[in-house]
Amino acid sequence: MSSLPATVQDVFNEPGCAKNANKSQAERNKGCTRQLKPGSAAGGCAFDGAKIALQPFTDVAHLVHGPIACEGNSWDNRGSVSSGPNLWRTGFTTDLTETDIVFGGEKRLYKAIKQIIDKCDPSAIFVYQTCVPAMIGDDINAVCKAASQRFGTPVIPVNSPGFVGSKNLGNKLAGEALLEHVIGTQEPDCTTPYDINLIGEYNLSGELWQVKPLFDELGIRILSCIAGDGKYHEVASSHRARAAMMVCSRAMINVARKMEERYGIPFFEGSFYGIQDSSDALREIARLLVERGAPEDLIGRTEAVIAREEARARAAIEPYRPRFKGKKVLLMTGGVKSWSVVAALQEAGLELVGTSVKKSTKEDKERIKHLIGQDAHMIEDMTPREMYKMLKDAKADIMLSGGKSQFVALKAAMPWLDINQERCHAYMGYVGIVKLVEEIDKALFNPMWEQLRRPPPWDGPTENWQTTPVAQLDVQPIEIVADRTLTQRTPRARRICFCNTVDLGTIEDAIRSHNLTSVEAVTQHTQAVGGCCRRRIEDILAGRPISWWPATLQAAE
Amino acid sequence: MVIVTTPNKACAVNPLKMSQPIGGAFAFMGLRGAMPLLHGPQGCTSFGLTLFVRHFREPVPLQTTAMSEVTTVLGGYENVEQAILNIHNRAKPEIIGICSTGVTETNGDDVDAYIKLIREKHPQLDKLPLIYVSTPDFKDAFQDGWGKTVARMVEVLVEVPAAETVRNPAQVNVLPGCHLTPGDLDELRIIFEDFGLQPSFLPDLAGSLDGHIPEHFTATTIGGIGIDDVARMGRAGWTIAIGAQMRRAAEAMQDKTGVPFRLFERLCGLVPNDDFIAFLSEISGRPVPSRYRRQRGQLVDAMLDAHFQIGGRRLAIGAEPDLLFDLSSMLHEMGAQVSAAVTTTQSAVLEQIKAKEVQIGDLEDLEDLARSRDCDLLITHSHGRQAATRLKIPFHRAGFPMFDRLGAGHQVSVGYRGTRNLIFEIANLVIADREANHAPTPDSWRSATLPSRSGRRSSIDSTERSIA
Repeated sequence: MSSLPATVQDVFNEPGCAKNANKSQAERNKGCTRQLKPGSAAGGCAFDGAKIALQPFTDVAHLVHGPIACEGNSWDNRGSVSSGPNLWRTGFTTDLTETDIVFGGEKRLYKAIKQIIDKCDPSAIFVYQTCVPAMIGDDINAVCKAASQRFGTPVIPVNSPGFVGSKNLGNKLAGEALLEHVIGTQEPDCTTPYDINLIGEYNLSGELWQVKPLFDELGIRILSCIAGDGKYHEVASSHRARAAMMVCSRAMINVARKMEERYGIPFFEGSFYGIQDSSDALREIARLLVERGAPEDLIGRTEAVIAREEARARAAIEPYRPRFKGKKVLLMTGGVKSWSVVAALQEAGLELVGTSVKKSTKEDKERIKHLIGQDAHMIEDMTPREMYKMLKDAKADIMLSGGKSQFVALKAAMPWLDINQERCHAYMGYVGIVKLVEEIDKALFNPMWEQLRRPPPWDGPTENWQTTPVAQLDVQPIEIVADRTLTQRTPRARRICFCNTVDLGTIEDAIRSHNLTSVEAVTQHTQAVGGCCRRRIEDILAGRPISWWPATLQAAE
Repeated sequence: MVIVTTPNKACAVNPLKMSQPIGGAFAFMGLRGAMPLLHGPQGCTSFGLTLFVRHFREPVPLQTTAMSEVTTVLGGYENVEQAILNIHNRAKPEIIGICSTGVTETNGDDVDAYIKLIREKHPQLDKLPLIYVSTPDFKDAFQDGWGKTVARMVEVLVEVPAAETVRNPAQVNVLPGCHLTPGDLDELRIIFEDFGLQPSFLPDLAGSLDGHIPEHFTATTIGGIGIDDVARMGRAGWTIAIGAQMRRAAEAMQDKTGVPFRLFERLCGLVPNDDFIAFLSEISGRPVPSRYRRQRGQLVDAMLDAHFQIGGRRLAIGAEPDLLFDLSSMLHEMGAQVSAAVTTTQSAVLEQIKAKEVQIGDLEDLEDLARSRDCDLLITHSHGRQAATRLKIPFHRAGFPMFDRLGAGHQVSVGYRGTRNLIFEIANLVIADREANHAPTPDSWRSATLPSRSGRRSSIDSTERSIA
């Protein structure tokens, strides 16, 4: 059993991660958690990540060892759905008090485990370590081991106290706990050549069930889904699967890769968001299964299902195309979803004005470029203020994002749709994408927007909450313009390349130190793309005041 | 006499309680231009933030010092310093309110000393008030964090009036407990103003979390009481504290400025509002406006109409002490029995609760008690939804958090009007439940169905309550 720091180091050194593979050794040693900045951080902690990853196991009791904050402030807030047991929604915590912190919480933890087994008789108990007991040195591994032996129920320590890192790290530490204590400890009741694992699928709003009927039709069995609607016995015997799909998330890549190493289960990374991706995923599953010995006719049957479902989905989306013509979408989401949803939206005829690439890898970015061309406005990081302004100035008709930026859009009285984990609609597979299009249509064409944007009759045209912000925000660029004519200088921090966030200073320095004369040379020496920013770089090279600031990008700045 | 029990369980199941630091942060959200800051790992902030956002459906400012394992070992000075500087530079707040968490309290970080050092080192922060409250997660509960924080605000922000200052008798300080919603505060404001009084609410959530559309985008709170207004509270004629949790803050105000206070432990129900309105009439020297005479009549009528539904109900209620006392007393006064009462933390009001026993416990305790005592009305926050489904009894959501229904911020329970509407809402729940689940059948009164408990209950329901 390795220590927590060793596990963290091991998790960071993930050969399966493309981002990691491109790093130098020194960078790799640093690990991949961004250094958190006090006073401007927003994400969840490692405990949060571990709990998100494992809580969808439905017949397991999830016991949080810590003071009330960790469970009391967060329990029963996940959107996963269970087809059977409801035990996973019960909040269990040792609710440590001052006395426990002075005398140690191990005994309390042991008693809590006993209490749960007596009352609920769960298939297993997952015990989550949190910061305070980690600080005082509670050894949950030892307690879990003793309890497992004493009571004969698997008690699994999940060693992921919040302060070791981010939510993403927590996902991976949860994966390590599964690998170390769960996977391979039981045997499935039977096996078939069509057994697969889904890794990193949480069955949010029941979206797994949008795809499962297709699997059932093809005779493909989900041996274990980690973790959506999952059961302990399934994951414990998941090492007998023939193939695995890592669904839409690199968070649990360590599980997929180590299962490939240990048990020879090949995996691929795929997604069920959008028509094309769903088809690709089904094809890949069929191919892997046939490679591992399933009868060859699976491929033909899969193609038939794909053709039927694609035609059905396209026909359902078709009527929306004329309605969506010219409608602009701002997409703020992470990673794989950014291109997988892009393709889906384009099929419905929507125009994309920007997509965030904050969590995307190089490949993701390439795919986006491929999908929306060189001029794609890839946004590295956008503050709420910038999003607000972009919507306010109507550079986009609707924003799709996660719940955190919801109120930025709504307070600007602009349509918004949740496409992250808290959403209440399921958008997976062929039926899901049709649902997404329906929801976008509902949001865009709600007659309410028009009323909301009308000022109350007693307000003058310039002094209500709807027009004031626009007027105030408009002041800013004008001031900058005035400033520039005065000094003939643009501030060096001014952004030139919006796609890769390169400012004027960086480009000027590169030109000066390397005696650059062409746009191509500048793009070689800086991160600037030279696509939509070409004219501005030409201006800088020619020593002219920068003339061309497209309104959208100005807004984004 | 009520017996207050603390069950001896190692494992809390389905917690009712939320932690103290977010109660403290919640209080800071009622100040204008504020940025609450939790000194601890980022998860503490993230969980709190999600809770507030889901409850109010509003953007909520809340920051973290993002303590990591290493900084926890080394001490959090640098994190506090960086967080304050970062917030000062980026969000330009008028005040930063800092609450500690379990990690930094276990560590023993001396944040007051840190702040002194930070002030010496960074004179640009001279004009920025920094308030620190010690709120360890492993002690007390949400409402304690709120109460301590408001008391601290009074100690730090309120100015001691000069000796010759003349008090303004029309100015009234209002210190509301955390069980009051922005809607409650708006209702109270109207009542005060109808008596010609000028209320200053500390904290004023109605200014920041009432759902208004801000003029422009800010990273801090978008309203609430300004710190300049808080400073002037020492010149008021009276302080009115609502909820026993506010006694500490009201006493702090009196000690510092000499402003006398009156504590109203409840503002839901007929008699508490009679006291309240009479008191306002007395301190304002004005007769009770006709509006309140009419509202009182309407409340009396509502009680007459609804006592058929509420009288005899066996209530199971889980809430923080002040809310528990407020709602259970109102329903008790309408004939309900407080059969099961569970709360989060110790409080002076617990002894006054009209129940045989009050348990400091969790929602599992509440559910078990409700089942064994055959309760037929459940009141608690949204986390009670699973228990309500299993118990199959009418469920009224009250308190924080309320994340699965809209309009949490606008639920009103204070004043004659608020009480009237709340009574109707609960009575309607009971009617709807009877229609859906307790319609009489040919077997309802047959003795063969009697042995089972549920059978007995449904027969009582359908015979005793025929007037809807």
